[in-house]
Amino acid sequence: MSLLEVEDLTVNFYTEEGVVTAVDDLSFRIDRGEKFGVVGESGAGKSVTALSVMRLIEEPGRIESGTIRFDGQDLMELSDSAVRDVRGNDIAMIFQDAQTALNPVYTVGEQISEAIRHHLDYSDAEARDRTIRLLDDVGIPEPEARYDDYPHEFSGGMQQRAIIAMALSCDPELLIADEPTTALDVTIEAKILDRLDRLADEYDTAIQLITHDLGVIAEMCDRVMVMYAGRAVENAPVEELYYDPKHPYTVGLMSAIPRIGDRQDRLQTIPGTMPDLVEVPSGCSFHPRCPFAEEACTRKQPPLVDPETGDGVGLSDRSAACLAYTGDLDSELDYEVEVKGGRGSPPDDTQPDPRGGRTDTEPLQADSDPVGLDTDLLDRDGPDDSGGQQDG
Amino acid sequence: MGLRRFIAVRVLTTIPILFGVSVFTFAMVHLTPGDPIDQLVALNPQISAAEEAAIRARYGLDGPVWQQYFTWITNVLQGDFGTVINVDQPVGPYIMDRLPQTIALGLFGWVIALLIAIPTGIYAAVNKDTLGDDLSRVFALSGISLPNFWLGLMLILVFALWLDLWPVLAPNKPLFSPAMLKYLVLPGVTIGTASSATLMRVMRSSMAEEMNKEYVTAARAKGLPERTVVLKHVLRNSLISVTTIAAFLTASIFAGAVVVESVFAWPGLGRAFVKAISGREVDLIMAITLFTGVTIILANLLADIVYALLDPRIRYD
Repeated sequence: MSLLEVEDLTVNFYTEEGVVTAVDDLSFRIDRGEKFGVVGESGAGKSVTALSVMRLIEEPGRIESGTIRFDGQDLMELSDSAVRDVRGNDIAMIFQDAQTALNPVYTVGEQISEAIRHHLDYSDAEARDRTIRLLDDVGIPEPEARYDDYPHEFSGGMQQRAIIAMALSCDPELLIADEPTTALDVTIEAKILDRLDRLADEYDTAIQLITHDLGVIAEMCDRVMVMYAGRAVENAPVEELYYDPKHPYTVGLMSAIPRIGDRQDRLQTIPGTMPDLVEVPSGCSFHPRCPFAEEACTRKQPPLVDPETGDGVGLSDRSAACLAYTGDLDSELDYEVEVKGGRGSPPDDTQPDPRGGRTDTEPLQADSDPVGLDTDLLDRDGPDDSGGQQDG
Repeated sequence: MGLRRFIAVRVLTTIPILFGVSVFTFAMVHLTPGDPIDQLVALNPQISAAEEAAIRARYGLDGPVWQQYFTWITNVLQGDFGTVINVDQPVGPYIMDRLPQTIALGLFGWVIALLIAIPTGIYAAVNKDTLGDDLSRVFALSGISLPNFWLGLMLILVFALWLDLWPVLAPNKPLFSPAMLKYLVLPGVTIGTASSATLMRVMRSSMAEEMNKEYVTAARAKGLPERTVVLKHVLRNSLISVTTIAAFLTASIFAGAVVVESVFAWPGLGRAFVKAISGREVDLIMAITLFTGVTIILANLLADIVYALLDPRIRYD
């Protein structure tokens, strides 16, 4: 039994423009101690998925259907107060923007201790000691003196560390990190991810890492789910995702990573933007942006299948949602992936491990024209410019 | 240290404000025709012109306005606020006799306003767009729209006359005795209701705005009970804007006291103020106006200090 099993989760938001299906029939699982990455553009439903797992979706949003089994217990069936015993205690969350996630009028120490006092029944003094240890663990200097500081007296990086300490405070089994370093600069980001990675191992905590940064995924995660317009389009162990991406969207994301040494004037992009979730394109929601799209893609929504066999899958490690694998396409997906210093070939740089550092040497290099597209397609404006959702 | 300096500076800046208020009020009073001596003469036709001039001279009412002002402010700076001519009593003791009544009424009204506004505001914000929220909106709108004198009269009519539940005309007893407290209730409720309406709307909107902030989601994600999330995390942040309005309301509470004291025949400064105006008692008008000004300035100073207590980001240095 996995630590977390989400099945057929659908979350709707009832907005004035219409019903937005932010998460559409999504299934995934996270094993104990595993680091699970969720990747996708803004508006893909990543954050909504995270909040749903903690049952923190608020009006006008609603979890329409699905089961969220944590440790075998369906969280959807629990009472509000029973869910509160899980929140912060068994499942904790690291927020994207620490500055807004911290309450400005209480000290950082108090905001960490209150969860400890609440869930673990610690006395004030015990909670304070534990908090100081946590602050020390996440790398805040002079934690004892810093305990009584207010959030505005912390730097951005320290605020994020404090948020991580808060999330770890009750020794959770699952840590949901929602773009934990997006608000930080690259050097701080690397340090904090490194710290998070080590602490997760130390505390034996599983992580659901939500990001739009494939580099971060490569660095930390074991398995990855790629999301597009509220659905999972590809699931893969991290190495397979990079060496052998199966979904055209994943391929597009890969080719959008700029590489040091590239002599290109423009960054590669996936043409167009995430569709407006009020009016999702028919069939495969990615088809307006997909270079391989055929007529069939506008009609039929591709199921998640095993890309080798084309069979439907449950919570499998390897799946992709593209009609190419169900035999509905006339032609094949035509792209090649070239990984420098990858498996089987002698390393030609100092960073042969694809999960190594990503800031100095890009470990994963797709061909400069990886999807075999004509560059004209990549440069022109997308067919759908109406996107611009809030960060999902 | 920073706070002490801040208070000192603020107290010093009140001096020019009070000076301006005194000049303005003095000018306004002298723009209206008549003074207490005119009334005296009208009631006692036997007074001769020479006698009238002598009385005017005695109260310093014979010079040009600027000279009268100069005399007045010189005396005030020496602690002499002049005379209530009608009863021939010094202004100082006259005010001190009535001040406690008004302070008691004002504070009582203020406490009632807060007691109604804060819980209702919290309730309305937490249960936004439900029936309870709508009802509170209706209450607030009525509270803002109903004039004090009308509400006061209605309370007298219903509770004192029809239901015979509440006594109205305060006997002349020491203020802080249980018997007198009972008489405070109706005028206090009258004053408090109007203020509570405004306060409640501010409480609700400020709370509703805070509820959307991410620290609230973060607090919920910690597994804290909703009560703690609202009353600990959200409330303290919301109270900052409520404090501003509460201080601001001091002025309208005093203005309300003028009307309500007249309606309930409450022996306080507000009623004295109305009498002072109709009797053209310059010294008394000036003293009560200055006193009100000082009170409002102090209330706002208090609000600034409360900000710093509520929000650690506010520092006065």
